[in-house]
Amino acid sequence: MLKQFADWLVFEIIGLVPGSRSGEALNFFIYDTLKIFLLLTTIIFVVAIIRTSFPPEKTKRMLSHKREYIGNVLAALLGIVTPFCSCSAVPLFIGFVESGVPLGVTFSFLISSPMVNEVALIMLWGLFGWKIALIYIGAGLLVAIFGGIIIGKLKMEKYVQDYVWEMQVGNAEIKIMSFREKLDYARQYTLDLLKKIWPYVVVGVGLGAFIHGYVPADFLARWAGRDNPFAVPIAVALGVPLYSNAAGVIPIVHALMEKGMAIGTVLAFMMAVTALSLPEAIILKNVLKNRLLAVFFGIVAMAIVCVGYLFNAIL
Amino acid sequence: MKIEILGTGCAKCKTLYENTRKALEESGKSAEVVKVEDIPSIMKYGVMSTPALVIDGQVKFSGKLASVAEIMGMLP
Repeated sequence: MLKQFADWLVFEIIGLVPGSRSGEALNFFIYDTLKIFLLLTTIIFVVAIIRTSFPPEKTKRMLSHKREYIGNVLAALLGIVTPFCSCSAVPLFIGFVESGVPLGVTFSFLISSPMVNEVALIMLWGLFGWKIALIYIGAGLLVAIFGGIIIGKLKMEKYVQDYVWEMQVGNAEIKIMSFREKLDYARQYTLDLLKKIWPYVVVGVGLGAFIHGYVPADFLARWAGRDNPFAVPIAVALGVPLYSNAAGVIPIVHALMEKGMAIGTVLAFMMAVTALSLPEAIILKNVLKNRLLAVFFGIVAMAIVCVGYLFNAIL
Repeated sequence: MKIEILGTGCAKCKTLYENTRKALEESGKSAEVVKVEDIPSIMKYGVMSTPALVIDGQVKFSGKLASVAEIMGMLP
């Protein structure tokens, strides 16, 4: 139905010729934007309702004094459903380690939370299909679990800023929301999130549409195809400092894949953009000493590179 | 009455501060409204997601933005 609408609007009303570059690019843009916003609105709302059952205070209690491995797996999973915004990464980090969540487990949460989320899931599902969406989530969880385990094994507690260990943390009581409050919260959350990400979606889909319509097919195959062993590390190195959310990156990487970029490289680039960024490093600098910050970025980047190679090899 | 807005300076924290002032104005109640931005004070309340609203030492909510009407409902 959306397809018909986009066709009707572009070819009948605006009068562009089907098959022409400008016609196809605009048609692609309108269709993708509509589809993505519809999916986003519905799924964010549903996920927001689920999130009301997992406030960070509860997640913290579930992870407190958990052993490694089990703790890492649980933390990576809870990272998906616990509401998280990089602006409260500092109180969250302190709250976790102070209440006895092991450092490695805390990192599993910190890695999975921004990377594996409903926006990434929806965008991948809408543009690449559900298989790739599930693969991305599985791979993201693996990176979070193993990244956290390795950081835990390295025993880097002394590279957490000293004041963190001396902090007095109170115990906020968890309020149980009524269903009505949950709905209100979800509505607000959906509106806030849409308000925040819509420019990324429009710009991302716009750039994607441009690449789709104007860049020759196989343009990237030579450099970013499966045969270039350096494509994955280069994609990750480009992605790490970039700051965007899944909403902005996915339409672009989708178009890049059409032009010959290999799927593992595409996924690795996306993970690097969403999991690691310069602003995040600046925020985490408040609680981590340089050494641990560097180890965190290094290990996650390496894990993502491995995932990229793995998927280029098997998909 | 003392109202504290906990938050590390994000956009939502500022809006929450504005909404709280408006809620007080509209309900005709008076209170001391302070922004609490340093981490140790925020952690003292056990709040892990910001912004949060504290009235007379009691955390009313955290990790969300409340509308003027909602805040009015929370004022004692």
